[in-house]
Amino acid sequence: MHLLAPETSKDRSFWTEAPDGAAVHKFSPDQSSTQPSPTALLALAPSMDHLDALEAQSIYIFREAFARLKKLALLWSLGKDSNVMIWLARKAFFGHMPFPALHVDTGKKFPEMYAFRDRYGKEWQLDLRIEPCPPLETIDPTLPPAARSAARKTEGLKLALAKYGFDGLVAGIRRDEEATRAKERVFSPRGTEGGWDVRDQPPEFWDQFNASPPPGAHLRIHPILHWTEADIWAYTKRENIPIIPLYLANGGKRYRSLGDRDITNPVVSNAASIEEILIELDGTKVPERSGRALDHETEDAFERLRVAGYL
Amino acid sequence: MLVPTSISATPNGTTRPQVRIVIVGHVDHGKSTLVGRLLHETGSLPEGKLEMLKAVSARRGMPFEWSFLLDALQTERDQGITIDTTQIRFRTGSRDIVLIDAPGHAEFLRNMITGASQADGALLIIDALEGVRDQTRRHGYLLHLLGVKQVAVVVNKMDRVDFSGARFAAISQEISAHLSALGVTPSAVIPISARDGDGVAERTPRIAWYHGATVVEALDALEPARPLEQLALRLPVQAIYKFDDRRILAGRIESGHLAAGDQIVVMPAGKVAKIKSVEGWPVTPINGSQTAGRSVGITLDRELFVERGDIIAHVGTSPRDTRRIRARIFWLHDKPLTTGASILIRLGTRETRAVVVAINKAIDPGELSSVETTSIARNHVGEIDISLPQAVAADPYGDNPRTGRLVIEVNGRIAGGGLVLSVDTGQRAIPVDIVPVESALRPDERSARYRHHGAVVWLTGLPGSGKSTLARALERRLFGNGGSPVLLDGDTLRAGLNSDLGFSAADRSENIRRLAEVATHLARNGHIAIVAAVSPSREDRAAARRLADMFFREVYVATPREVCESRDPKGHYAKARAGTLQAFTGIGNDYQPPTNSELTIDTSARSVAEATDAIEHMLANSEILFNELVDLAANI
Repeated sequence: MHLLAPETSKDRSFWTEAPDGAAVHKFSPDQSSTQPSPTALLALAPSMDHLDALEAQSIYIFREAFARLKKLALLWSLGKDSNVMIWLARKAFFGHMPFPALHVDTGKKFPEMYAFRDRYGKEWQLDLRIEPCPPLETIDPTLPPAARSAARKTEGLKLALAKYGFDGLVAGIRRDEEATRAKERVFSPRGTEGGWDVRDQPPEFWDQFNASPPPGAHLRIHPILHWTEADIWAYTKRENIPIIPLYLANGGKRYRSLGDRDITNPVVSNAASIEEILIELDGTKVPERSGRALDHETEDAFERLRVAGYL
Repeated sequence: MLVPTSISATPNGTTRPQVRIVIVGHVDHGKSTLVGRLLHETGSLPEGKLEMLKAVSARRGMPFEWSFLLDALQTERDQGITIDTTQIRFRTGSRDIVLIDAPGHAEFLRNMITGASQADGALLIIDALEGVRDQTRRHGYLLHLLGVKQVAVVVNKMDRVDFSGARFAAISQEISAHLSALGVTPSAVIPISARDGDGVAERTPRIAWYHGATVVEALDALEPARPLEQLALRLPVQAIYKFDDRRILAGRIESGHLAAGDQIVVMPAGKVAKIKSVEGWPVTPINGSQTAGRSVGITLDRELFVERGDIIAHVGTSPRDTRRIRARIFWLHDKPLTTGASILIRLGTRETRAVVVAINKAIDPGELSSVETTSIARNHVGEIDISLPQAVAADPYGDNPRTGRLVIEVNGRIAGGGLVLSVDTGQRAIPVDIVPVESALRPDERSARYRHHGAVVWLTGLPGSGKSTLARALERRLFGNGGSPVLLDGDTLRAGLNSDLGFSAADRSENIRRLAEVATHLARNGHIAIVAAVSPSREDRAAARRLADMFFREVYVATPREVCESRDPKGHYAKARAGTLQAFTGIGNDYQPPTNSELTIDTSARSVAEATDAIEHMLANSEILFNELVDLAANI
């Protein structure tokens, strides 16, 4: 005997079933290559498009985080992803961002990035907190150069956490960026040292988030985890969100991802506008973080950093 | 996380439905291999990835496996199993597929559920050699419990059974029978070899006897989730924001649609209002209808008491308010769920404590045999009845999948979840074996004698602010006028009714709830209940106000802290300063002053008699005390 008696199984049938009641799909050899039938498209009448859906989900996550945590901060890396996040936060809170924007500063960013920070920190009325990183000499010398440099940022972050006592940090990572990030939860608990225990992540489903970190630990909140690189650009364009010009091609090269000056390389590209970036992305198979030296130094460099609290 | 499925706008302007897929099944039956193969066959692998992994394999002196693609984590490669949910995207002929890999190992069922809960459809994978295993059945069962109806079965490792059509037919029959019993009809059962590629994108000669869909074709035929717009409006309130003089109720429309001008009802309280505006940013107000999936903010045409967890619906199609829910749940916690367990549930944005009053069924979905019914063990499922301390708004899952499901939390961590099968309705739903007996007297008979209506006068303020003194003076005054006041002093009740409660936040809430319940009962029967309690939490007082509703009159005794401490009638401040009294409200900043009290009194600036006058006036002006002159005038 089992629980799903016939009379109760129907109560769950309607929302995933096709409108004509046909849960069973008939296959024919030629169906695979054709476009969806007109009726299928009709049933999907887009009252919300893809970007609307992404936006609504991110706003939901922001509001959950703000409702359930006491002391939030948003990690502002000045890059395209965190700028989209700030935009989404202002949508969630009707023009305001009711918690600080934290910039963990290595001091080695591009001048364009600092100019951007100083301008939009004011323009967007952010409660901007700039936290410098400790000197490189204090960081584990056995790490490869780029990883060591990035680990500095982790230390800077730990210092900021200790200083302000944030219980939630909003971070702009995405599942499509890198395989280890794909494993992330939307609300992701971190240990007291900021570490990530990938083996013991709590279940997370139906938009119900685990928001009670143990004392001393904090949560990472990932409002754009479900976005892709192309989504970020399409949304940036639609919403007219300002960007750092380094993302656009200049002399046959552009930056796809912005980190420290010394460990970030441009990619070959002629994309001089967001439209062109989108077209370029549609055809590329090169990973977004390919310009980031640290990802390639050793097989597990990225993961070692993640476990230690790198974003 | 559930992203509302919709048309995917690709950069070149075409629209392609996006479908989220989960691949489930017994550990080692080849899920990761199939995923790796699918990525390859659909041309979705990042440049150099395959070569990189082949090089890594060679360096480690092991043959290349397709599953390495997913097992990108060092820890996973070491152990050789997929431990978590990974999302990968690729395209079939007409679909954008978001592939959610989910672990097969029983140890990681929580991750399988995390993955599968986001899926529109599923591939259930079975090893041709091993056949249907307990985890195959368990996953089939959970797919159904999670509401995933579109399931295609792949029988993998056909190369290990010499592509035997007979072996395939036997497995196909067994799994189809199992799934049909759950109410799931598989869309296809496909023989494949994920390692070699047979049946994945091509019907190879080795499976020439098979004429059905390939895996890629099966994925291409999956339908995105049906939009929830056709259902009745459900807007669970996430928060109330007061920005720029607007009082905005924020939340995501889970189903239905709304627009300015709509008549709405706030559940479970049942209060009615009209939507004044739909707020937005950078443009506001937003005109037109807002549909399911949108995160919105609305303002109402009147100030209603609304809190996080309430559900806004249209008048006439509102959800039910209930204090008792029957649910079908899956359990993920190490410790079994038992009858009598005190749990925390989350239903939409509502968070409430609850008690498991009955466990009706408990089974291991791997074995499909009913087991003992006093508890539900880890990775098992069951049907439970839960009782709630206060009413919540909920729908049966069959009426609304979004507001008809809940999760259970233990020690701040999600420990289970499930579907609402039924709710007991009623303003104050009561367990079936309890039959409330109403008073023989009507409220108006009492009020004719007492010359007042029932009320709850709630005095809140710091310890030593003068609440008890004021309460006693008010009691004497009302009684002197022929009324029927009853004093409910917080400390007095803690000595008896509430002697089982401490001073944790949860116990303080329960203390306030009981005070409010008793006070409301008195008020309903025409008495004036005078509650004197510190009641520091705004949220707790809000709950009391909701319970007592129209009877509630809040008086904030706003005596300055220094004055309270200098009075220190019970010696508590002194003890707290000396460190011998823990959890004392007054020294810290844990008192949340009211923002919407009916009256504020500073006892350092007024005599007891003046303060009592003020409360009496407030009661007269708010139609609790009968206005004798008006009454006289009516009788002349």
